Amino acid sequence: MEVKLEQQFQEKIDQEIRIEPRDWMPEKYRKTLLRQISQHAHSEIVGMLPEGNWITRAPNLRRKVALLAKVQDEAGHGLYLYSAAETLGMSRDEMLEELHSGRAKYSSIFNYPTLTWADMGAIGWLVDGAAIMNQVPLCRASYGPYARAMVRVCKEESFHQRQGYEIMLTLCNGTEAQKAMAQDALNRWWWPSIMMFGPNDDNSPNSAQSMKWKIKRFSNDELRQKFIDVTVPQAELLGLTIPDKDLKWNAEKGHYDFGAINWDEFMNVVAGNGPCNKQRLKARVDAWENGAWVREAAMAHAKKREERKNKQIEAA
Amino acid sequence: MTKQEWPLWEVFIRAKQGLNHKHVGSIHAADVDMAIENARDVYTRRMEGVSIWVVESKYVHANEPSEQDALFEPANDKIYRHPTFYVLPEELNHM
Repeated sequence: MEVKLEQQFQEKIDQEIRIEPRDWMPEKYRKTLLRQISQHAHSEIVGMLPEGNWITRAPNLRRKVALLAKVQDEAGHGLYLYSAAETLGMSRDEMLEELHSGRAKYSSIFNYPTLTWADMGAIGWLVDGAAIMNQVPLCRASYGPYARAMVRVCKEESFHQRQGYEIMLTLCNGTEAQKAMAQDALNRWWWPSIMMFGPNDDNSPNSAQSMKWKIKRFSNDELRQKFIDVTVPQAELLGLTIPDKDLKWNAEKGHYDFGAINWDEFMNVVAGNGPCNKQRLKARVDAWENGAWVREAAMAHAKKREERKNKQIEAA
Repeated sequence: MTKQEWPLWEVFIRAKQGLNHKHVGSIHAADVDMAIENARDVYTRRMEGVSIWVVESKYVHANEPSEQDALFEPANDKIYRHPTFYVLPEELNHM
């Protein structure tokens, strides 16, 4: 029975028929999706912190409203994704508990600090750029609620990248010091950004199954290459130098060759030892704990109103 | 952790006058007023709607996906319900 169901399931996937919440699915498919979607949601929520750091110090009102809107979008993206994950049978509180206890991961990029205003430019340009590269194929993921959430996310994400690039452009057309600030931000964010695509294909053991289930459409290395290929000319347009001495156009392949990635650093940050891991997690846990009374009060208020309404109905 | 999670609500948005409300996703909220406001903040940040419906998820009932073939079977063999079933002369053009 199980084998037959699994076969039918795979046939649906092969025919590009989307899987919906109450359809039969292999337990491992459910678990893989739950892990991926909840991690993605956590990344959006934790991702608000590095940029939230600069909202009050944005250089002018135009930059400030844009950054505020971007961070608000990220909250929204987190919420779309949490609701998609909930359709797989885990409650929102359980997911948050996993994040707060450190059992669930989020994208390692958010464990780096935002030291200058130029980091807002570099994050929008590179981090959101890499996220878009990852996310566009997810709009066709085999699980309906995830794919639909990603369509909304992708529509909104393009403003994020453009506002980031515009910040970089403004700095690069400014004083020497401003341009140096932009270069410094690129130097610090480049490698973490290209690590966002995850380990090399040979070291990504779950990728094959995710490709077969059409949760994933392209491999980590394919997406990374694509990102580098589109980003190098963007850096040239800014007049900035990508901090990789091995970066070179390979006419034969039609792609850029690039230097070795420091995977030790990546694994170290994933393991919790990045510059800001503790700070980020603490900010989330504090927000959750300090907000507990608000959540409880809202429930108590709703209950009281409901009771009052019922009494009025009885009296009438 | 809170003792009780805020209830889940399904959100339906009318994109503009003349169109039907369409399911867009869900949100958590303590009561209906908060549900509408949260739905506005989460699903209409770029003027995606002119009207919002929220329904507590527990009130949505659906058919069993595993029995969907049997449920929709009656319509399967009734091709005479489609205009193309009827063979008419070419000269008639657009009927």
